[in-house]
This record gives sequence, structure tokens and C-alpha cells, in this order.
Amino acid sequence: MANSCAVIGVGQTQYKTKRLDVSMAGLLREAARRALDDAGLTWRDIDAIVVGKAPDLFEGVVMPEVFLADALGAAGKPLIRVHTAGSVGGSTAIVAANLVRSGVHDRVLTLAWEKQSESNATWALTVNSPFTTSLVVGAGGYFAPHIRAYIRKSGAPEHIGHLVAVKDRENALRNPYAHLRIPGISREMVESTPMLWEPIRYLDTCPSSDGACAMVLASEDAAKKAPGKPAWVQATAMRSEPMGFVRRDNVSPQAGKDCAADVYRQAGIADPRRELDCAEVYVPFSWYEPMWLENLGFCGDGEGWKLTEAGATAFDGDIPWNPSGGVLSSNPIGASGMIRFAEAAMQVSDRAGEHQVDGARRALGHAYGGGAQFYAMWVVGSEKP
Amino acid sequence: MREVAVVAFTQSEHSGEDQGVLETEILAPVIGEIKERTGLTRFGFTCSGSCDYLQGAPFAFVSALDTVGAWPPISESHVEMDGAWALYEAWVKLLIGEVDTALVYGFGKSTQNDIRAIFTQQHDPYYLAPLGVDHVSLAAMQARAYMEKSGAKDEDMRAIAARSRAAGRGNPFALDLPDPADDAGFDIAPLRPHDIAPLTDGAAAIVLAAGDTARELCERPAWITGIDHRVEPHSPGARDLTRSESTRIAGEKAGAAGVEVAELHAQFSHEELILREALGLGDDAAVNPSGGALAANPLMASGLIRIGEAAARIHDGTASRTLGHASSGPCLQQNLVCVMSGEK
Repeated sequence: MANSCAVIGVGQTQYKTKRLDVSMAGLLREAARRALDDAGLTWRDIDAIVVGKAPDLFEGVVMPEVFLADALGAAGKPLIRVHTAGSVGGSTAIVAANLVRSGVHDRVLTLAWEKQSESNATWALTVNSPFTTSLVVGAGGYFAPHIRAYIRKSGAPEHIGHLVAVKDRENALRNPYAHLRIPGISREMVESTPMLWEPIRYLDTCPSSDGACAMVLASEDAAKKAPGKPAWVQATAMRSEPMGFVRRDNVSPQAGKDCAADVYRQAGIADPRRELDCAEVYVPFSWYEPMWLENLGFCGDGEGWKLTEAGATAFDGDIPWNPSGGVLSSNPIGASGMIRFAEAAMQVSDRAGEHQVDGARRALGHAYGGGAQFYAMWVVGSEKP
Repeated sequence: MREVAVVAFTQSEHSGEDQGVLETEILAPVIGEIKERTGLTRFGFTCSGSCDYLQGAPFAFVSALDTVGAWPPISESHVEMDGAWALYEAWVKLLIGEVDTALVYGFGKSTQNDIRAIFTQQHDPYYLAPLGVDHVSLAAMQARAYMEKSGAKDEDMRAIAARSRAAGRGNPFALDLPDPADDAGFDIAPLRPHDIAPLTDGAAAIVLAAGDTARELCERPAWITGIDHRVEPHSPGARDLTRSESTRIAGEKAGAAGVEVAELHAQFSHEELILREALGLGDDAAVNPSGGALAANPLMASGLIRIGEAAARIHDGTASRTLGHASSGPCLQQNLVCVMSGEK
């Protein structure tokens, strides 16, 4: 019943610790202009804007889309602001895609960003709400116990996380927009960095980045007129589960499993490892690659680390994960999910340049957020569904 | 286009004072009531609206999700906007045809903080916010511009406040506010205290349903015949503050002409006058029979409540064509119009 929807333009900014050369508005403009140019469109062609970012405390502006309306080219048009924690970049793309799939609009500009240098994300993630206890830990402190639980349950050797940290940074060397580009990155280098939240070492974590990502989504008719190859949205799914719930499996949350099952069902995928050509998966701490390999059904429980260790997820492996360098190499938080979705689209429309996976025809974009309780995923392909 | 209707609406008994409860404790009974009312415990989609800064901490919507009881996991999303925009997102989702029902909610606890200080941080952080101008001061500037252009007088504003407060006293969910005082001074001229929406804590929920599911859930569904929203430039200097161009466009797209009841999210008396003009509302349209935002303004739920109140007039058979409106940003920068009908 849904109309077809395709990604016809992608734009990203340089990701780096501080983009002192641009304001928030300038940062978004940069990504949007690149997406519009890629789609061969101007601001005038856009029917609606859907924007996403993580908590307002990250920059210290209340509902910043309101002041950014002009820069977003939204004056006189509909503007929606999505916020679903770390999964927001993915959710934002899905809300934008739904505007096309429902037939409400033909061309929607969607953007996500974070300019973390204008505040302090670890501080913002640590502020406690009234009447609750602050753990004063940031994101790493929250996730480290779940990683330790994974290691204990799966029997994974302790170097697995470091392998991911190296692999994703090696991939980042092929991506001109990546924040962390570390020539000669090695396991020894990762192991020599300070322990932050055991077992997470400094180089097992994502950086704090300024950056924005934009996409133009279009109906079938509009996609036909696009100059580049469209990336067709074959399936989308979102799932959420409570944070405080005694039966939650924090290592492999049910919402992630359900979301993956839903997106595969819609795309007609029975075996994601064989039927997807690559995946951009939200891995902000290195150990989340083996954890998500299991959660996303690429292998059985306790098997994820074996895939990582065998090189299955490497750039030349049978199922490359994060050929762009992933969240471990660039993390403008609110944009990180959309970057995963956009990179998946770039792979299936031959836009990925030096980090193009040969012959990629179908790819997964994945994002998660909150206490690993919010999920957004899409499958994009070179073929119209 | 698929038929989608508001089939149920619930709201909290709003409070102008801190009741010593959390946002989630305000929300929980509302969610419980709408589940009981519709007999639904699972929805095809759930979407909410809230603002972290009202709580002073990130992720207000995370604890709200615990309140909703999202287990087994649900298909869910959130807008950092008034719940009216969450309703829009849910409406789009229902149009696609993959789900038949949606739960929408909005909540906010305004009394636990200094709203004027907070919304000063909503303004452009490089040029406008450093001036320290709050949203009430900007509204006062807009009121002045509108009064000078239209010839509207202090008494016209006062009449709006008086009518809204009287209607609010008849609404069990709104605040119990007295008639405007004869000797009311200025808050920020030309706005007097009664021209400014009161601080309010509250929450609201709406259930949307499509097609036959809507008919099964509700005797007289409020079918959404048009819904649209638009935004304007942020800077007050870049707009004609005496008009609401975004409301005009949204109203035309949504088909606002000829509604019997209009629930307007006017947070200042003069905004009602500007919105009436933008929507082309005549004297025959009843405006804010619930009392509107001047009688209760739980931020992030207040716009959603306008849609709910307008739908309720159709549910109870007292009107057949109504309108709900929501606003966001300084000086009516962003506006949403939802037109509903008892007939389809």
C-alpha cells in the first residue's frame, strides 16, 4: 500500500572535534547543500524538512530547530524535529521516508546533526533528573557493565574489542569525512591507551564530533528525474522498550531483535549475513560489534566475537560492517544514526568512493539509543522493492 | 487518502502549582484512562511530544516510555515538540496503511522551573539569546505591533482573557482562574498578567485509528479531513509580527474555512486575534470553548489538547466540523492546524 521512496541525494560535513569555522546553522547548511547538489535540486524543490538531533543539553539551546528554521530552508514549509536519543538519526530518516511513502510529499530534506563543541555531551548525559540518582558516568559508564556481561556470557577473549577498534579506524582512512584518521592504527596502539570504563579503553570508544548529515528522499516520479542512481528504501522499522524493567536483557535487547526481524521480514531477508552485502551498524564502543552481530541475527548467541575474530566483518570480509569507519571514527551523536542510514544508501547507489564495497546491492542501516532501548533500522537496495 | 480519525482523548486535571509529583506521575493516569476507554492495550504505533528543558535533564521521554509500559517492545517515536506534532507523525504513519491504531501523548511540568529563563534559551544562541529577551517580552512586542496596526484596545484583550477564564472555570480539567482584576497592572506592557497563559502542569493523550477500526472504537469518530503545519523565519525582525502567515497557509491547506468550533493555542490574548484573522474565523465560530491556553497551558501537551478538545465536540455530537491548532516558537513562529469532521 505504501508508495516507493528513494534516497536521491546525500550530503555530509567534515567530522571533527571542533568546527569553529561554522555556526550550527552553517554546519547544517553545508550538509544540506551537498545533499541538494547530489540530488540536482535547489531549496525550492523541497516540500518538507525533518530534522533530528539528540538532547538539547548537548548544545544548550531549547528546541534549536526553531532558530534553525531559516538555515534549514524551512520558512513557509512543514518542519518536524525528531528526538529518540542515539537512534534519532535513523528515526529521523524513517519519519522523512514515511512522508514520502504515505504520499503526503514528493521530496523531503532530512538532516541530523550535533555540534558537541558548543557544550559537553558527557556532562549532559550525566545530569540527573529530579528525584533520581545520578550515576555520574556518561554513556561509557552505562554500557560498560553490559559489555562485561557479554564477555562473561560468550566467553569472548579480551582482545576482540580491540580488533573492532582497529578495523573501523582502518576503514576510516578510506573515508574523507571521517573524524579519526589514525595512520598505522594497530592492536598494540589500542591496548596502550588508558582504561576508561573497564573493559573499554580510550581507543575502544567513539570520539566527540561536530558534524551533520543530510539526505533528500523522493517519490518514484521524483527519483526518476534525479541525476544519480537512487537507493531504494526497501524496509524501515522502529522499536522501543522500557529502560527500567527487570526482565530486560541488556546484552541483547528484545527491541533490537524485534526491530531487525521486522525490517528483514519487510525486505524478504531470511539470512542477513548472506543476503545483505554490507551493514552500517551503530557501534560507539568496539565491543558492540560482536554484541550486535548476535542481536541482529547475523549469527547465533555467543558467536558474534568469532565472526569478528575471523575477519567476516572486515572491509574484505564476507559481510563488511562499517566500511565508512562507523561511529568509532566519527560521532556527532544526533547525526550518527543518519550517517549509518546514509552510508548504507551510498553503498547501494555507488556513491561510497574509496570505501565502496564492490557490488553492494543491499545494505542495512542501524541505530540505537537510550539505554540500548530505542532502535531504528532500514534496508536499502539498488532495486526498487 | 486513508481515513484517519481521533477516536479518544484524555487529559489530566491540570495544575498551576507543583503537586509534588513527577512528569511521569502526571502522565501515567492519562495513559491508563485512554487504554481503558478504548479497550486497547497495544497500539500499532506510539508517538510522544515533550521537552527535556522542562525537566532540566536529558531524555524526558525515556522515563515516560516506562510509564506507557512498552513491553513487549513497541513501534515508537518522539518529537521534541508539542504533542500535536507527534499526532502529525502518527497520522502520516497511519496513512501508509501498515498499522490501524496509534497512541499519541504529550506532557510537561512547567512549575518545576523558570519558564521565562528556559525559553530565552530557545532563541538564536548567537545573536538573540545573549540579549536576554524572554518569550513574554517578544510576545509583548508583537502585541504592541498588532494593537497599533489593528486598533485593538486593552479592553479587547481583556475580553478574551475574561471569556477564556470563565470557560476554563467550567472545564474540570482547566485551572480555576478568577476574572481579570480591574486594577491589573502590566506584566510586560501592553500585556497584563491575565493576557499571559498560566504556568501549568499536565498531560494529554489521543488515540488515532483508521477506517473501520475507528468506527469500531468510537460511535462518532472525529475524522481528520485536513492537517498541515508550517514554520516561519525565527528572527522577529524578519517577519510581519501582526500576521501569522504560517497559520494562514496551514489553515488553507487543512481546509479551515467554515468550522463551527476552533480550539486555538493562543498563549497570549493578542495571539487569538492574530490567529482568528489568519484562519478567517468569523463571529459564528466558537473559539476556545474549553478556555484555551489562557485557562490551562501544560507545555508540550497544550496544542495536543486543542486537537483533543476540538475532537471531543464531534464525539459528543455538539459540532460536526471543528479545528484544533498548535503553536511553537516565539511570536507564533510555527503553527499546526488540524480540521476534523463528524462526516466522512
